[in-house]
Amino acid sequence: MTPDTLLRRINDYTNRADPYPLYAELRENGVVRQDDGAYLVGTYYEIAALLHDPRVSSDQRSRKDPDPAFTQDGLTPAFIRLDDPEHDRLRRLAMRPFGPPHSPGRIDALHGDITRIAEELIDAFPDKGRIDLVDDFAYPLPITVISRLMGVPHEDVPRVRAWTNAVIAGFDPTPGQDPERRRQEARQARIAMGRYLGGLAEERRSHPTADLLSALANDDGPEGRLTPEELMSTAVLLLIAGHETTVNLITNGMLTLLRHPEALERLRADPGLMPGAVEELLRFEPPVQYLPQRSPLTDIEVAGVTVPRGAPLILVLAAGNRDPRRFEDPDRFDPLRKDNQHLGFGSGIHICYGAPLARIEAQIALNALLRRLDDARLAEDPPPYRRSPILRGPRHLPVERDATGTTG
Amino acid sequence: MNGVERIVVVGASLAGLRAAETLRAQGYAGSLTVVGEEPHPPYDRPPLSKQVLLGRVHARDVGLPRRRAVEARWKLGVRADRVDPEERQVVLADGEHLPYDRLLIATGTRARPWPKPAQAALDGVLTLRTADDAARLTERLDAGPRRVLVIGAGFTGSEIASACRERGLEVTVAERGPVPLVGALGGALGAFAAAAQRAHGVDLRCGVTVTALRSENGRFTGADFSDGGRIDADVAVVALGAVRNTEWLEGSGLAAGPRGVACDAGCRAFTMYGIVTDDVFVAGDVARFPHPLFEYQMLSLEHWGNAVAQAEVAAHNMVSPAPRRRPHLTVPAFWSSQFGLNIKSVGVPTFSDQVVLAQGSLQEGRFVAVYGYRGRITAAVTVNRAKWLEHYQYLIETSAPFPPAPGAADRPAVPVTVPSDVPDPHLLSHGPTVALTGHLPDRHLTLVRHGRPGPPPPADEETPG
Amino acid sequence: MQIVVDLNRCQAYAQCVFLAPDVFELHGEESLMFTPAVPDGQQERVLRAAAACPVQAILVGEPAGPAAR
Repeated sequence: MTPDTLLRRINDYTNRADPYPLYAELRENGVVRQDDGAYLVGTYYEIAALLHDPRVSSDQRSRKDPDPAFTQDGLTPAFIRLDDPEHDRLRRLAMRPFGPPHSPGRIDALHGDITRIAEELIDAFPDKGRIDLVDDFAYPLPITVISRLMGVPHEDVPRVRAWTNAVIAGFDPTPGQDPERRRQEARQARIAMGRYLGGLAEERRSHPTADLLSALANDDGPEGRLTPEELMSTAVLLLIAGHETTVNLITNGMLTLLRHPEALERLRADPGLMPGAVEELLRFEPPVQYLPQRSPLTDIEVAGVTVPRGAPLILVLAAGNRDPRRFEDPDRFDPLRKDNQHLGFGSGIHICYGAPLARIEAQIALNALLRRLDDARLAEDPPPYRRSPILRGPRHLPVERDATGTTG
Repeated sequence: MNGVERIVVVGASLAGLRAAETLRAQGYAGSLTVVGEEPHPPYDRPPLSKQVLLGRVHARDVGLPRRRAVEARWKLGVRADRVDPEERQVVLADGEHLPYDRLLIATGTRARPWPKPAQAALDGVLTLRTADDAARLTERLDAGPRRVLVIGAGFTGSEIASACRERGLEVTVAERGPVPLVGALGGALGAFAAAAQRAHGVDLRCGVTVTALRSENGRFTGADFSDGGRIDADVAVVALGAVRNTEWLEGSGLAAGPRGVACDAGCRAFTMYGIVTDDVFVAGDVARFPHPLFEYQMLSLEHWGNAVAQAEVAAHNMVSPAPRRRPHLTVPAFWSSQFGLNIKSVGVPTFSDQVVLAQGSLQEGRFVAVYGYRGRITAAVTVNRAKWLEHYQYLIETSAPFPPAPGAADRPAVPVTVPSDVPDPHLLSHGPTVALTGHLPDRHLTLVRHGRPGPPPPADEETPG
Repeated sequence: MQIVVDLNRCQAYAQCVFLAPDVFELHGEESLMFTPAVPDGQQERVLRAAAACPVQAILVGEPAGPAAR
């Protein structure tokens, strides 16, 4: 097989459980033009440079052939798909109620809530037999946290889940049955979700509450507030991105730890090592494997290859994270790794907005699982994966426990 | 290791500390003595003009963390008086003789004092360089002075003025140059800095000198300016830049003078005849060294990052055989925080003839300015746009053409290239934090002798009074 | 426990501020200020912040200088 089919092979579901040999092939081939005209980059230093290159756009409208999955999705583009200065303005407005400089303590204050939710989910595990760590834990934890933070009522969470699934299926790059229908369903779901969240925000204009939607609807900073359209697309982004990737981080994390019993024991004995271990998980099995939406605003040279203006430029973060020119022994999972400047959350102006929340959730979740599930083993390895090659993670993570009772 | 069994480091601040740690990290097992004039263990200076003046951190709480335990003898609170290169020993003010096989000079700088000693000694006239200085100044600001006078609008003076305004204190800034920060960033960005100061309520007076510091009963009460202006104030902070601590090297035969101690790219000191030594090394603010990106001009950098990087290279080279020695080639970089602006720089903005606004907007206070010299990029400055800086560092390292190729999403509609307007340092109140001090071999080389000083550096000729 | 941040490396991602808001602070839009002497009770948060720094700019350690201190 030739390197110009790499993206197709990465996207091929049969390679989902272990795409890393393909990423190694990508790194060896440098910047590779695919047979569909996209350019694939998988080496660390090139990806890092492109993430800081002001000539690289995240806006589909910069493309020669914009992907209708993004340009006709029913809402105005959220900041993740815009360039500065628009991106900057919207992201700063969205950051006001979420983090520094205006709300520095917001995420830190969630520790107690997240811990309680995690403990309650574990309390409900059966003492014996099979547990699905996705459906029984890694999914409900972040969706509960982000829903509370944003102000989405608990009873509406199933609707959110259905919309989210449809939206994510819409930009799934794997060919499947009827992509046009998937795209239409995604568009409908995004509009419905936007209207729903916009409606909640509108209610809070007259009755402010302590959540993000209320703050976004009511905060008047020096630059004004989001328009209703901007609020809708921002809220959809925060709600979806606020849990989808965290599910993968927790699940990939537990899978990796169960595959590395020594590391697991070490972390169980010293929970203080978990922050570093989560960074290593972000390097080793990042929840977002590649960034599909960039393109250069002018012809640029990347590692000796000219990438023409408007061409799809795909940055394979998960390949950069295993680049032996940057990381010593990159295919080794080492929770004590020093010098771990990974690309798990991207970098530059588009670095993951929710990264601090994801970090705290993963640290609390994994520490709680290690402490209380001392008898679990993988029931299937590899487990069944989700469809998406971008948001890559197990669809189910069945573990078996044969001893009795939880500890702690 | 190469017959190196005794190492003396003179200077116990950032460079001295990181050098000592690196020596041990390199496996050096011999004796190690670190001499510091201040009584405090190594501490971090940048917070002094920021967190400390704002009252959020006490001046005694700015100690540096260590990277590793260092087995060393710390001689703190003692000056080094002189060095005897033939006997290979350092003589301390307390009379102790410290023999060495390798010596590292990391004595840094001190605040340039107000030139009229009687006025400089007035109650209420201060400088800011050390933790003790910062404690004194903070105490004065806590007392709620009616007005603070800051003399010199370089980075330190501007940061002091910013802290005063944030505390709600009235402040006057007097600068002999045309705009603040002009000595580091040139006139184009200096004009932006002037606007920021005025927008924050600073009484900024440029193109003036302070002709007198007035007093009553030994207390500072106000100042007169060269344009006939007068102010009443309770505190004056003299922020005229730094003086390099090289006097103790008089008679050492080293190429040491007001511009610093000259060394090669491997941090080895030169003698006054331009011959490189093999046992005396230099690092940090006191060093001047050639840099290939800037036509091998001798640079003196008063930069935190340079102190760290140069100390690491010097320490490595002190205990390495010649073929294993490394050059100090780090691209200069610094930051400043003032008036709500995060100003970051890479390269040497004063090594330029033109500057262009590459991204963002001056009006919004978020932008990237790129500097060029004879058609190549030599520096970049970001204001509240730090995430883009490493892109421009790469362009500097690869000698990319100036102006930078267009294509940034947030570039101005019509990018205008203007002269960078780098002034003659003679015209400034504040000393430049980057000094371009001539080519190799050192044309300005002079032996420092009592009573017969060599040609002073530009800042010495400045007569603010 | 003392800390220092290499503010040349810092790009204002502010992960440290989220994770240890009593020790790190964004002053203005992107100037980072920090408390070099870590207050009691903040050590765990500071270690989390240091691990999370996307540019690995936070150095945490014992105070430098004579060991007796």
